[in-house]
Amino acid sequence: MTATTTAPITAPPPAHTEKRPSGRLRAWATRAPLLPALIFMIAVTQLPFVATLVISFFDWNSLYPDARQFTGFANYSEVLTDAALRKSVWTTILLTVAVVLASLVLGLGLALLLDRKFRGRGLVRTLLIAPFLVVPVAAALLWKHVLYNPEYGLLNGLLHYVGGPQPDWISGTPLLAVEASLVWQWTPFMMLILLAGLQSRDHQQIEAARVDGASDWQIFRHLTLPHLRRYLELGALLGSIYIVQNFDAVFTITSGGLGTANLPYTVYQSFYQAHENGLASAAGVLVVIGSIIIATFALRVVSSLFREEASRA
Amino acid sequence: MSATAIRVRPRRARGAGLGLAAWLAGVVFFLPIAWMALTSFHSESDAATNPPSFGAALTLDGYREFFGAGGGASPWPALINSTVASVVSTLLVLLLALPAAYALSIRPVKKWTDVLFFFLSTKMLPVVAGLLPIYLFAKNTGMLDNIWLLVILYTSMNLPIAVWMMQSFLAEVPVAIIEAAQIDGARLPTVLGRVVAPIALPGIAATALICFIFSWNELLFARVLTGVVAETAPVFLTGFITSQGLFLAKVCAASLVISLPVLAAGFAAQDKLVQGLSLGAVK
Repeated sequence: MTATTTAPITAPPPAHTEKRPSGRLRAWATRAPLLPALIFMIAVTQLPFVATLVISFFDWNSLYPDARQFTGFANYSEVLTDAALRKSVWTTILLTVAVVLASLVLGLGLALLLDRKFRGRGLVRTLLIAPFLVVPVAAALLWKHVLYNPEYGLLNGLLHYVGGPQPDWISGTPLLAVEASLVWQWTPFMMLILLAGLQSRDHQQIEAARVDGASDWQIFRHLTLPHLRRYLELGALLGSIYIVQNFDAVFTITSGGLGTANLPYTVYQSFYQAHENGLASAAGVLVVIGSIIIATFALRVVSSLFREEASRA
Repeated sequence: MSATAIRVRPRRARGAGLGLAAWLAGVVFFLPIAWMALTSFHSESDAATNPPSFGAALTLDGYREFFGAGGGASPWPALINSTVASVVSTLLVLLLALPAAYALSIRPVKKWTDVLFFFLSTKMLPVVAGLLPIYLFAKNTGMLDNIWLLVILYTSMNLPIAVWMMQSFLAEVPVAIIEAAQIDGARLPTVLGRVVAPIALPGIAATALICFIFSWNELLFARVLTGVVAETAPVFLTGFITSQGLFLAKVCAASLVISLPVLAAGFAAQDKLVQGLSLGAVK
Protein backbone atom coordinates (compact mmCIF):
# COMPACT_ATOMS: atom_id res chain seq x y z
CA MET A 1 0.00 0.00 0.00
CA THR A 2 1.25 3.47 -0.77
CA ALA A 3 0.18 7.02 -0.26
CA THR A 4 -2.56 6.54 -2.84
CA THR A 5 -4.87 5.18 -0.15
CA THR A 6 -4.47 8.34 1.84
CA ALA A 7 -7.94 9.41 2.81
CA PRO A 8 -8.98 12.76 1.47
CA ILE A 9 -9.51 15.02 4.40
CA THR A 10 -9.89 18.71 4.73
CA ALA A 11 -7.14 19.81 7.00
CA PRO A 12 -7.90 22.11 9.87
CA PRO A 13 -5.83 25.27 9.59
CA PRO A 14 -2.31 24.51 10.79
CA ALA A 15 -1.26 25.85 14.14
CA HIS A 16 1.27 28.23 12.64
CA THR A 17 1.03 29.76 9.24
CA GLU A 18 4.36 30.69 7.77
CA LYS A 19 4.95 34.35 8.33
CA ARG A 20 7.69 35.17 5.88
CA PRO A 21 7.80 32.65 3.06
CA SER A 22 11.22 33.58 1.70
CA GLY A 23 11.67 31.08 -1.06
CA ARG A 24 12.57 27.49 -1.56
CA LEU A 25 15.27 27.30 1.11
CA ARG A 26 12.79 28.09 3.81
CA ALA A 27 10.33 25.45 2.61
CA TRP A 28 13.10 22.84 2.75
CA ALA A 29 14.08 24.00 6.21
CA THR A 30 10.52 23.32 7.31
CA ARG A 31 10.54 19.95 5.59
CA ALA A 32 13.98 18.85 6.80
CA PRO A 33 12.93 17.44 10.21
CA LEU A 34 10.41 15.24 8.44
CA LEU A 35 12.73 13.72 5.86
CA PRO A 36 14.73 11.18 7.90
CA ALA A 37 11.56 9.49 9.14
CA LEU A 38 9.92 9.60 5.72
CA ILE A 39 12.92 8.19 3.84
CA PHE A 40 13.42 5.50 6.47
CA MET A 41 9.79 4.38 6.21
CA ILE A 42 9.82 4.25 2.42
CA ALA A 43 13.06 2.28 2.37
CA VAL A 44 12.10 -0.27 4.99
CA THR A 45 8.40 -0.82 4.24
CA GLN A 46 7.67 0.12 0.64
CA LEU A 47 10.71 -1.33 -1.13
CA PRO A 48 10.30 -4.86 0.27
CA PHE A 49 6.66 -4.83 -0.73
CA VAL A 50 7.58 -3.89 -4.30
CA ALA A 51 10.02 -6.80 -4.25
CA THR A 52 7.27 -9.11 -2.99
CA LEU A 53 5.07 -7.94 -5.84
CA VAL A 54 7.81 -8.73 -8.38
CA ILE A 55 8.63 -12.14 -6.89
CA SER A 56 4.95 -13.07 -6.90
CA PHE A 57 5.09 -13.21 -10.71
CA PHE A 58 7.93 -15.76 -10.71
CA ASP A 59 7.97 -19.50 -10.37
CA TRP A 60 10.74 -19.64 -7.82
CA ASN A 61 11.59 -22.41 -5.39
CA SER A 62 14.73 -21.46 -3.48
CA LEU A 63 15.86 -25.12 -3.48
CA TYR A 64 16.01 -24.95 -7.30
CA PRO A 65 17.26 -21.38 -7.92
CA ASP A 66 18.20 -22.12 -11.54
CA ALA A 67 14.64 -23.01 -12.47
CA ARG A 68 13.41 -19.50 -11.67
CA GLN A 69 11.19 -18.10 -14.40
CA PHE A 70 8.46 -15.55 -15.03
CA THR A 71 5.00 -17.07 -14.82
CA GLY A 72 2.63 -14.12 -14.85
CA PHE A 73 -0.40 -14.69 -12.68
CA ALA A 74 0.17 -18.45 -12.31
CA ASN A 75 1.05 -18.16 -8.62
CA TYR A 76 -2.13 -16.23 -7.96
CA SER A 77 -4.32 -18.77 -9.71
CA GLU A 78 -2.51 -21.50 -7.79
CA VAL A 79 -3.09 -19.73 -4.48
CA LEU A 80 -6.75 -19.22 -5.31
CA THR A 81 -7.38 -22.73 -6.64
CA ASP A 82 -5.21 -24.76 -4.24
CA ALA A 83 -7.64 -26.31 -1.75
CA ALA A 84 -5.35 -25.86 1.28
CA LEU A 85 -4.56 -22.27 0.43
CA ARG A 86 -8.19 -21.45 -0.28
CA LYS A 87 -9.04 -22.92 3.08
CA SER A 88 -6.48 -20.67 4.73
CA VAL A 89 -8.14 -17.63 3.14
CA TRP A 90 -11.45 -18.81 4.59
CA THR A 91 -9.85 -19.55 7.98
CA THR A 92 -8.38 -16.05 8.08
CA ILE A 93 -11.79 -14.49 7.46
CA LEU A 94 -13.51 -16.74 10.01
CA LEU A 95 -10.87 -16.15 12.66
CA THR A 96 -10.84 -12.38 12.19
CA VAL A 97 -14.61 -11.90 12.10
CA ALA A 98 -15.28 -14.18 15.08
CA VAL A 99 -12.58 -12.65 17.28
CA VAL A 100 -13.42 -9.05 16.37
CA LEU A 101 -17.17 -9.46 16.90
CA ALA A 102 -16.88 -11.41 20.16
CA SER A 103 -14.31 -9.08 21.68
CA LEU A 104 -16.27 -6.04 20.53
CA VAL A 105 -19.48 -7.24 22.21
CA LEU A 106 -17.67 -8.26 25.40
CA GLY A 107 -15.65 -5.04 25.33
CA LEU A 108 -18.84 -2.98 25.04
CA GLY A 109 -20.37 -4.77 28.03
CA LEU A 110 -17.24 -4.20 30.11
CA ALA A 111 -16.95 -0.57 29.03
CA LEU A 112 -20.57 0.06 30.09
CA LEU A 113 -19.87 -1.58 33.46
CA LEU A 114 -16.72 0.48 33.95
CA ASP A 115 -18.31 3.75 32.88
CA ARG A 116 -20.08 3.97 36.24
CA LYS A 117 -18.55 4.88 39.58
CA PHE A 118 -18.10 2.02 42.04
CA ARG A 119 -15.69 1.02 44.74
CA GLY A 120 -12.40 -0.21 43.32
CA ARG A 121 -13.06 0.87 39.72
CA GLY A 122 -9.39 1.64 39.11
CA LEU A 123 -8.34 -1.81 40.29
CA VAL A 124 -10.98 -3.58 38.17
CA ARG A 125 -9.82 -1.60 35.13
CA THR A 126 -6.25 -2.70 35.80
CA LEU A 127 -7.33 -6.36 36.17
CA LEU A 128 -9.20 -6.15 32.88
CA ILE A 129 -6.30 -4.60 30.96
CA ALA A 130 -3.83 -7.23 32.17
CA PRO A 131 -4.64 -9.91 29.52
CA PHE A 132 -3.68 -7.45 26.79
CA LEU A 133 -0.30 -6.95 28.48
CA VAL A 134 0.80 -10.58 28.43
CA VAL A 135 3.34 -11.29 25.66
CA PRO A 136 1.22 -12.90 22.88
CA VAL A 137 3.33 -16.07 22.72
CA ALA A 138 3.16 -16.38 26.50
CA ALA A 139 -0.61 -15.94 26.41
CA ALA A 140 -0.92 -18.62 23.74
CA LEU A 141 1.28 -20.98 25.80
CA LEU A 142 -0.84 -20.26 28.86
CA TRP A 143 -4.00 -21.26 27.01
CA LYS A 144 -2.45 -24.23 25.26
CA HIS A 145 -0.76 -25.92 28.21
CA VAL A 146 -2.20 -24.47 31.39
CA LEU A 147 -5.89 -24.00 30.52
CA TYR A 148 -6.66 -26.37 27.62
CA ASN A 149 -4.60 -29.42 28.63
CA PRO A 150 -7.17 -32.26 28.66
CA GLU A 151 -5.61 -34.06 31.65
CA TYR A 152 -4.62 -31.34 34.10
CA GLY A 153 -5.59 -28.03 32.50
CA LEU A 154 -7.50 -25.49 34.60
CA LEU A 155 -10.63 -25.66 32.43
CA ASN A 156 -11.07 -29.39 32.87
CA GLY A 157 -10.01 -29.05 36.50
CA LEU A 158 -12.89 -26.63 37.13
CA LEU A 159 -15.26 -28.85 35.12
CA HIS A 160 -14.18 -31.74 37.33
CA TYR A 161 -15.59 -29.95 40.39
CA VAL A 162 -19.07 -29.74 38.87
CA GLY A 163 -18.84 -33.26 37.45
CA GLY A 164 -18.76 -31.98 33.88
CA PRO A 165 -17.22 -33.65 30.83
CA GLN A 166 -13.46 -33.54 30.19
CA PRO A 167 -13.15 -32.45 26.57
CA ASP A 168 -9.91 -32.24 24.61
CA TRP A 169 -10.32 -28.56 23.72
CA ILE A 170 -7.62 -28.15 21.08
CA SER A 171 -8.25 -31.37 19.12
CA GLY A 172 -12.01 -31.11 19.52
CA THR A 173 -12.54 -27.46 18.55
CA PRO A 174 -9.15 -26.19 17.31
CA LEU A 175 -10.28 -22.96 15.68
CA LEU A 176 -12.53 -22.09 18.60
CA ALA A 177 -9.61 -22.75 20.96
CA VAL A 178 -7.44 -20.25 19.07
CA GLU A 179 -10.30 -17.75 18.88
CA ALA A 180 -11.06 -17.93 22.62
CA SER A 181 -7.46 -17.11 23.54
CA LEU A 182 -7.47 -14.16 21.12
CA VAL A 183 -10.83 -12.89 22.39
CA TRP A 184 -9.37 -12.95 25.91
CA GLN A 185 -6.44 -10.80 24.76
CA TRP A 186 -8.38 -8.40 22.54
CA THR A 187 -11.45 -7.68 24.68
CA PRO A 188 -9.44 -5.25 26.86
CA PHE A 189 -8.36 -3.37 23.72
CA MET A 190 -11.97 -2.94 22.60
CA MET A 191 -13.00 -2.01 26.12
CA LEU A 192 -10.40 0.78 26.29
CA ILE A 193 -11.50 2.30 22.98
CA LEU A 194 -15.22 2.07 23.82
CA LEU A 195 -14.63 3.41 27.33
CA ALA A 196 -12.92 6.44 25.81
CA GLY A 197 -15.95 6.79 23.55
CA LEU A 198 -18.38 6.58 26.47
CA GLN A 199 -16.44 9.16 28.42
CA SER A 200 -16.51 11.62 25.53
CA ARG A 201 -20.32 11.68 25.52
CA ASP A 202 -22.14 14.93 26.14
CA HIS A 203 -23.25 14.43 29.75
CA GLN A 204 -25.50 17.51 29.79
CA GLN A 205 -27.45 16.07 26.88
CA ILE A 206 -27.90 12.77 28.74
CA GLU A 207 -28.98 14.55 31.92
CA ALA A 208 -31.47 16.57 29.89
CA ALA A 209 -32.88 13.39 28.35
CA ARG A 210 -33.16 11.83 31.81
CA VAL A 211 -34.97 14.89 33.17
CA ASP A 212 -37.34 14.62 30.22
CA GLY A 213 -38.15 11.09 31.42
CA ALA A 214 -36.12 8.95 28.99
CA SER A 215 -35.44 5.44 30.30
CA ASP A 216 -31.93 4.00 30.58
CA TRP A 217 -32.60 1.81 27.54
CA GLN A 218 -33.86 4.76 25.48
CA ILE A 219 -30.79 6.77 26.42
CA PHE A 220 -28.54 3.87 25.45
CA ARG A 221 -30.38 3.16 22.19
CA HIS A 222 -30.83 6.73 20.96
CA LEU A 223 -27.94 8.68 22.49
CA THR A 224 -25.12 6.38 23.57
CA LEU A 225 -25.14 3.91 20.69
CA PRO A 226 -25.16 6.52 17.88
CA HIS A 227 -22.31 8.33 19.65
CA LEU A 228 -20.39 5.08 20.03
CA ARG A 229 -20.87 4.05 16.41
CA ARG A 230 -17.59 5.43 15.19
CA TYR A 231 -15.71 4.09 18.20
CA LEU A 232 -17.19 0.66 17.48
CA GLU A 233 -16.10 1.00 13.85
CA LEU A 234 -12.63 2.09 14.90
CA GLY A 235 -12.28 -0.83 17.31
CA ALA A 236 -13.53 -3.29 14.71
CA LEU A 237 -11.21 -2.00 12.00
CA LEU A 238 -8.05 -1.68 14.10
CA GLY A 239 -8.81 -5.08 15.64
CA SER A 240 -9.24 -6.55 12.15
CA ILE A 241 -5.94 -5.11 10.97
CA TYR A 242 -4.10 -6.67 13.89
CA ILE A 243 -5.95 -10.01 13.88
CA VAL A 244 -5.79 -10.58 10.10
CA GLN A 245 -2.02 -10.54 10.66
CA ASN A 246 -2.11 -12.85 13.66
CA PHE A 247 0.69 -15.36 13.64
CA ASP A 248 1.60 -15.96 17.27
CA ALA A 249 -1.57 -17.70 18.47
CA VAL A 250 -1.95 -19.96 15.42
CA PHE A 251 1.75 -20.83 15.47
CA THR A 252 1.78 -21.59 19.20
CA ILE A 253 -1.55 -23.26 19.93
CA THR A 254 -2.03 -25.49 16.88
CA SER A 255 1.11 -24.92 14.76
CA GLY A 256 -1.26 -24.29 11.89
CA GLY A 257 -2.64 -27.81 12.12
CA LEU A 258 -6.23 -29.04 12.41
CA GLY A 259 -7.47 -26.55 9.83
CA THR A 260 -6.35 -23.42 11.71
CA ALA A 261 -3.65 -22.24 9.28
CA ASN A 262 -4.44 -18.63 8.38
CA LEU A 263 -2.78 -16.67 5.59
CA PRO A 264 0.15 -15.25 7.59
CA TYR A 265 0.95 -18.76 8.82
CA THR A 266 0.63 -20.14 5.27
CA VAL A 267 2.95 -17.47 3.91
CA TYR A 268 5.46 -18.27 6.66
CA GLN A 269 5.21 -21.99 5.99
CA SER A 270 5.35 -21.83 2.20
CA PHE A 271 8.65 -20.00 2.07
CA TYR A 272 10.25 -20.94 5.38
CA GLN A 273 9.52 -24.66 5.15
CA ALA A 274 8.49 -25.34 1.53
CA HIS A 275 10.82 -22.70 0.02
CA GLU A 276 8.16 -21.71 -2.53
CA ASN A 277 9.13 -18.05 -2.84
CA GLY A 278 6.81 -17.16 -5.71
CA LEU A 279 3.80 -18.81 -4.13
CA ALA A 280 4.49 -17.26 -0.73
CA SER A 281 4.74 -13.82 -2.32
CA ALA A 282 1.45 -14.23 -4.16
CA ALA A 283 -0.24 -15.23 -0.87
CA GLY A 284 1.44 -12.24 0.80
CA VAL A 285 0.11 -9.88 -1.86
CA LEU A 286 -3.37 -11.30 -1.26
CA VAL A 287 -3.06 -10.54 2.47
CA VAL A 288 -2.08 -7.01 1.53
CA ILE A 289 -5.09 -6.62 -0.77
CA GLY A 290 -7.37 -7.81 2.05
CA SER A 291 -5.69 -5.37 4.42
CA ILE A 292 -6.02 -2.49 1.97
CA ILE A 293 -9.76 -3.08 1.80
CA ILE A 294 -10.05 -2.98 5.59
CA ALA A 295 -7.52 -0.17 5.87
CA THR A 296 -9.35 2.10 3.46
CA PHE A 297 -12.35 2.01 5.75
CA ALA A 298 -10.13 2.33 8.80
CA LEU A 299 -8.40 5.41 7.42
CA ARG A 300 -11.77 6.98 6.71
CA VAL A 301 -12.92 6.41 10.31
CA VAL A 302 -9.64 7.64 11.76
CA SER A 303 -9.72 10.73 9.58
CA SER A 304 -13.28 11.59 10.59
CA LEU A 305 -12.42 11.24 14.29
CA PHE A 306 -9.23 13.21 13.62
CA ARG A 307 -11.19 16.02 12.00
CA GLU A 308 -13.62 16.10 14.89
CA GLU A 309 -10.81 16.29 17.44
CA ALA A 310 -9.15 19.03 15.43
CA SER A 311 -12.33 21.07 15.17
CA ARG A 312 -12.95 20.64 18.89
CA ALA A 313 -9.48 21.84 19.78
CA MET B 1 -40.68 9.53 52.91
CA SER B 2 -41.10 11.21 49.57
CA ALA B 3 -41.51 9.77 46.13
CA THR B 4 -37.88 10.46 45.28
CA ALA B 5 -36.65 8.31 48.16
CA ILE B 6 -38.59 5.35 46.80
CA ARG B 7 -37.15 5.91 43.35
CA VAL B 8 -33.62 6.23 44.58
CA ARG B 9 -33.47 2.96 46.49
CA PRO B 10 -33.87 0.43 43.62
CA ARG B 11 -31.46 2.49 41.57
CA ARG B 12 -28.87 2.26 44.31
CA ALA B 13 -29.40 -1.50 44.70
CA ARG B 14 -29.02 -1.95 40.98
CA GLY B 15 -25.88 0.20 41.06
CA ALA B 16 -24.34 -2.13 43.64
CA GLY B 17 -25.33 -5.11 41.49
CA LEU B 18 -23.62 -3.62 38.45
CA GLY B 19 -20.53 -2.81 40.52
CA LEU B 20 -20.45 -6.44 41.60
CA ALA B 21 -20.81 -7.57 37.98
CA ALA B 22 -17.84 -5.39 37.03
CA TRP B 23 -15.77 -6.94 39.82
CA LEU B 24 -16.78 -10.41 38.72
CA ALA B 25 -15.79 -9.68 35.11
CA GLY B 26 -12.45 -8.30 36.28
CA VAL B 27 -11.76 -11.43 38.33
CA VAL B 28 -12.77 -13.77 35.48
CA PHE B 29 -10.49 -12.01 33.00
CA PHE B 30 -7.62 -11.94 35.46
CA LEU B 31 -8.09 -15.55 36.60
CA PRO B 32 -5.83 -17.16 33.93
CA ILE B 33 -3.00 -14.78 34.88
CA ALA B 34 -3.50 -15.36 38.61
CA TRP B 35 -3.51 -19.12 37.96
CA MET B 36 -0.37 -18.81 35.85
CA ALA B 37 1.34 -16.94 38.70
CA LEU B 38 0.23 -19.50 41.31
CA THR B 39 1.25 -22.46 39.14
CA SER B 40 4.69 -20.93 38.56
CA PHE B 41 5.31 -21.27 42.32
CA HIS B 42 4.15 -24.89 42.52
CA SER B 43 6.27 -27.99 42.09
CA GLU B 44 5.86 -29.73 38.73
CA SER B 45 3.88 -32.60 40.25
CA ASP B 46 1.52 -30.22 42.07
CA ALA B 47 1.08 -28.15 38.90
CA ALA B 48 -0.20 -31.15 36.92
CA THR B 49 -3.12 -32.42 38.99
CA ASN B 50 -6.81 -32.75 38.27
CA PRO B 51 -8.64 -31.37 40.21
CA PRO B 52 -6.17 -28.47 40.53
CA SER B 53 -4.22 -28.19 43.80
CA PHE B 54 -4.87 -24.61 44.86
CA GLY B 55 -3.20 -24.87 48.25
CA ALA B 56 -0.08 -26.85 47.34
CA ALA B 57 3.27 -25.90 48.88
CA LEU B 58 5.06 -23.00 47.18
CA THR B 59 8.51 -23.35 45.67
CA LEU B 60 10.86 -21.45 43.37
CA ASP B 61 11.80 -24.60 41.43
CA GLY B 62 9.90 -23.47 38.30
CA TYR B 63 11.97 -20.29 38.18
CA ARG B 64 15.22 -22.16 38.87
CA GLU B 65 14.40 -24.54 36.01
CA PHE B 66 13.59 -21.65 33.69
CA PHE B 67 16.88 -19.92 34.42
CA GLY B 68 18.72 -23.08 33.44
CA ALA B 69 19.30 -24.87 36.75
CA GLY B 70 18.14 -28.18 35.29
CA GLY B 71 20.64 -28.06 32.44
CA GLY B 72 18.28 -26.46 29.93
CA ALA B 73 19.24 -23.51 27.74
CA SER B 74 19.69 -20.28 29.68
CA PRO B 75 17.15 -17.58 28.82
CA TRP B 76 19.61 -14.77 29.52
CA PRO B 77 20.94 -14.34 25.94
CA ALA B 78 17.36 -14.15 24.66
CA LEU B 79 16.36 -11.66 27.36
CA ILE B 80 19.41 -9.51 26.60
CA ASN B 81 18.69 -9.65 22.85
CA SER B 82 15.08 -8.61 23.46
CA THR B 83 16.22 -5.75 25.67
CA VAL B 84 18.70 -4.51 23.06
CA ALA B 85 16.16 -4.80 20.21
CA SER B 86 13.37 -3.10 22.17
CA VAL B 87 15.36 -0.33 23.86
CA VAL B 88 17.55 0.62 20.89
CA SER B 89 14.66 0.54 18.41
CA THR B 90 12.57 2.68 20.77
CA LEU B 91 15.39 5.24 21.03
CA LEU B 92 15.74 5.27 17.24
CA VAL B 93 11.99 5.73 16.89
CA LEU B 94 12.07 8.75 19.21
CA LEU B 95 15.05 10.18 17.34
CA LEU B 96 13.21 9.96 13.99
CA ALA B 97 9.67 10.64 15.18
CA LEU B 98 10.26 13.74 17.32
CA PRO B 99 11.50 15.98 14.48
CA ALA B 100 8.86 14.52 12.17
CA ALA B 101 6.09 15.22 14.66
CA TYR B 102 7.46 18.75 15.08
CA ALA B 103 7.22 19.28 11.31
CA LEU B 104 3.65 17.96 11.40
CA SER B 105 2.33 19.99 14.32
CA ILE B 106 4.23 22.99 15.66
CA ARG B 107 5.72 24.18 12.38
CA PRO B 108 3.73 22.14 9.90
CA VAL B 109 4.77 21.49 6.32
CA LYS B 110 2.25 21.93 3.54
CA LYS B 111 -0.12 18.98 3.16
CA TRP B 112 0.90 17.78 6.60
CA THR B 113 -2.25 15.69 7.01
CA ASP B 114 -1.41 13.72 3.83
CA VAL B 115 2.03 12.96 5.23
CA LEU B 116 0.48 11.90 8.52
CA PHE B 117 -1.86 9.52 6.73
CA PHE B 118 0.99 8.12 4.67
CA PHE B 119 2.67 7.08 7.93
CA LEU B 120 -0.56 5.49 9.10
CA SER B 121 -1.05 3.58 5.85
CA THR B 122 2.39 1.96 6.21
CA LYS B 123 1.29 0.62 9.60
CA MET B 124 -1.57 -1.15 7.86
CA LEU B 125 0.78 -2.97 5.54
CA PRO B 126 0.96 -6.51 6.95
CA VAL B 127 4.31 -7.85 8.09
CA VAL B 128 4.05 -10.79 5.69
CA ALA B 129 4.00 -8.35 2.76
CA GLY B 130 7.71 -7.70 3.03
CA LEU B 131 8.91 -10.70 4.97
CA LEU B 132 10.33 -12.75 2.09
CA PRO B 133 12.38 -9.97 0.41
CA ILE B 134 13.70 -8.93 3.82
CA TYR B 135 14.68 -12.54 4.50
CA LEU B 136 16.40 -12.88 1.10
CA PHE B 137 18.14 -9.53 1.61
CA ALA B 138 19.35 -10.60 5.05
CA LYS B 139 20.52 -13.95 3.74
CA ASN B 140 22.52 -12.41 0.89
CA THR B 141 24.12 -9.71 3.02
CA GLY B 142 24.95 -11.96 5.96
CA MET B 143 22.53 -10.12 8.25
CA LEU B 144 20.60 -13.25 9.25
CA ASP B 145 20.67 -13.98 12.96
CA ASN B 146 21.80 -10.41 13.65
CA ILE B 147 19.99 -8.45 16.34
CA TRP B 148 20.63 -5.12 14.56
CA LEU B 149 18.45 -6.20 11.66
CA LEU B 150 15.59 -6.59 14.14
CA VAL B 151 16.39 -3.16 15.57
CA ILE B 152 15.87 -1.64 12.10
CA LEU B 153 12.68 -3.59 11.44
CA TYR B 154 11.19 -2.79 14.85
CA THR B 155 11.98 0.86 14.28
CA SER B 156 9.98 0.81 11.05
CA MET B 157 7.19 -1.13 12.76
CA ASN B 158 6.76 1.49 15.49
CA LEU B 159 7.66 4.71 13.71
CA PRO B 160 4.12 5.34 12.33
CA ILE B 161 2.55 4.85 15.76
CA ALA B 162 5.10 7.17 17.33
CA VAL B 163 4.68 9.87 14.69
CA TRP B 164 0.90 9.81 15.16
CA MET B 165 1.02 9.83 18.94
CA MET B 166 3.64 12.53 19.21
CA GLN B 167 1.93 14.65 16.60
CA SER B 168 -1.18 14.61 18.75
CA PHE B 169 0.81 15.36 21.92
CA LEU B 170 2.79 18.23 20.35
CA ALA B 171 -0.39 19.68 18.85
CA GLU B 172 -1.66 20.06 22.42
CA VAL B 173 1.12 22.54 23.23
CA PRO B 174 -0.59 25.95 23.14
CA VAL B 175 0.66 28.11 20.29
CA ALA B 176 0.42 31.24 22.43
CA ILE B 177 3.06 30.00 24.87
CA ILE B 178 5.55 29.29 22.08
CA GLU B 179 4.96 32.69 20.52
CA ALA B 180 5.29 34.44 23.87
CA ALA B 181 8.65 32.75 24.44
CA GLN B 182 9.81 33.75 20.96
CA ILE B 183 8.78 37.35 21.54
CA ASP B 184 10.80 37.30 24.76
CA GLY B 185 13.79 36.48 22.57
CA ALA B 186 14.09 32.74 23.24
CA ARG B 187 15.85 30.80 20.48
CA LEU B 188 14.49 27.55 19.04
CA PRO B 189 16.48 25.14 21.27
CA THR B 190 15.37 27.07 24.35
CA VAL B 191 11.75 27.04 23.21
CA LEU B 192 11.90 23.29 22.60
CA GLY B 193 13.71 22.48 25.83
CA ARG B 194 11.99 24.87 28.22
CA VAL B 195 8.50 25.28 26.77
CA VAL B 196 7.56 22.34 24.54
CA ALA B 197 9.36 19.49 26.34
CA PRO B 198 7.77 19.89 29.79
CA ILE B 199 4.26 19.86 28.31
CA ALA B 200 4.89 17.03 25.84
CA LEU B 201 7.07 14.86 28.11
CA PRO B 202 4.35 12.59 29.58
CA GLY B 203 3.14 11.88 26.04
CA ILE B 204 6.64 11.17 24.78
CA ALA B 205 7.21 8.77 27.68
CA ALA B 206 3.95 6.93 26.93
CA THR B 207 4.90 6.68 23.26
CA ALA B 208 8.24 5.17 24.20
CA LEU B 209 6.60 2.61 26.49
CA ILE B 210 4.13 1.52 23.81
CA CYS B 211 6.90 1.15 21.19
CA PHE B 212 8.86 -0.88 23.73
CA ILE B 213 5.87 -3.21 24.25
CA PHE B 214 5.34 -3.85 20.53
CA SER B 215 9.04 -4.58 19.97
CA TRP B 216 9.28 -6.86 22.97
CA ASN B 217 6.21 -8.86 21.85
CA GLU B 218 7.15 -9.32 18.20
CA LEU B 219 7.49 -12.92 17.01
CA LEU B 220 7.21 -13.36 13.24
CA PHE B 221 10.29 -11.33 12.18
CA ALA B 222 12.32 -12.68 15.08
CA ARG B 223 11.31 -16.26 14.32
CA VAL B 224 12.22 -16.03 10.63
CA LEU B 225 15.31 -13.83 10.85
CA THR B 226 17.11 -15.03 13.97
CA GLY B 227 18.70 -18.30 15.01
CA VAL B 228 20.81 -19.26 17.97
CA VAL B 229 22.71 -15.98 18.37
CA ALA B 230 20.09 -13.24 18.05
CA GLU B 231 17.12 -15.20 19.38
CA THR B 232 14.67 -12.97 21.29
CA ALA B 233 12.53 -13.79 24.33
CA PRO B 234 9.34 -14.67 22.37
CA VAL B 235 11.38 -17.00 20.15
CA PHE B 236 12.81 -18.57 23.30
CA LEU B 237 9.23 -19.15 24.47
CA THR B 238 8.37 -21.02 21.27
CA GLY B 239 10.67 -23.74 22.63
CA PHE B 240 7.81 -24.59 24.98
CA ILE B 241 5.26 -25.24 22.22
CA THR B 242 5.65 -29.01 22.29
CA SER B 243 5.05 -30.62 25.67
CA GLN B 244 8.11 -31.87 27.51
CA GLY B 245 6.64 -34.09 30.20
CA LEU B 246 5.82 -32.29 33.44
CA PHE B 247 6.82 -28.71 32.69
CA LEU B 248 3.81 -26.51 33.58
CA ALA B 249 5.51 -24.65 36.44
CA LYS B 250 8.48 -23.92 34.19
CA VAL B 251 6.22 -22.70 31.34
CA CYS B 252 4.33 -20.46 33.75
CA ALA B 253 7.53 -19.06 35.26
CA ALA B 254 8.93 -18.41 31.76
CA SER B 255 5.73 -16.76 30.50
CA LEU B 256 5.47 -14.58 33.56
CA VAL B 257 9.11 -13.47 33.62
CA ILE B 258 9.06 -12.63 29.92
CA SER B 259 5.73 -10.78 30.25
CA LEU B 260 6.83 -8.74 33.29
CA PRO B 261 8.49 -5.90 31.32
CA VAL B 262 5.36 -5.57 29.17
CA LEU B 263 3.01 -5.60 32.16
CA ALA B 264 5.14 -2.97 33.89
CA ALA B 265 5.38 -0.74 30.80
CA GLY B 266 1.68 -1.18 30.06
CA PHE B 267 0.53 -0.22 33.53
CA ALA B 268 2.92 2.75 33.53
CA ALA B 269 1.42 3.96 30.25
CA GLN B 270 -2.15 3.00 31.19
CA ASP B 271 -3.67 6.46 30.75
CA LYS B 272 -2.18 6.98 27.29
CA LEU B 273 -2.49 3.36 26.19
CA VAL B 274 -5.70 3.82 24.24
CA GLN B 275 -4.38 6.91 22.47
CA GLY B 276 -1.35 4.96 21.34
CA LEU B 277 -3.19 1.82 20.31
CA SER B 278 -5.75 3.78 18.32
CA LEU B 279 -2.86 5.67 16.66
CA GLY B 280 -3.94 8.90 18.30
CA ALA B 281 -7.51 8.77 16.97
CA VAL B 282 -9.00 8.38 20.44
CA LYS B 283 -7.95 10.65 23.28
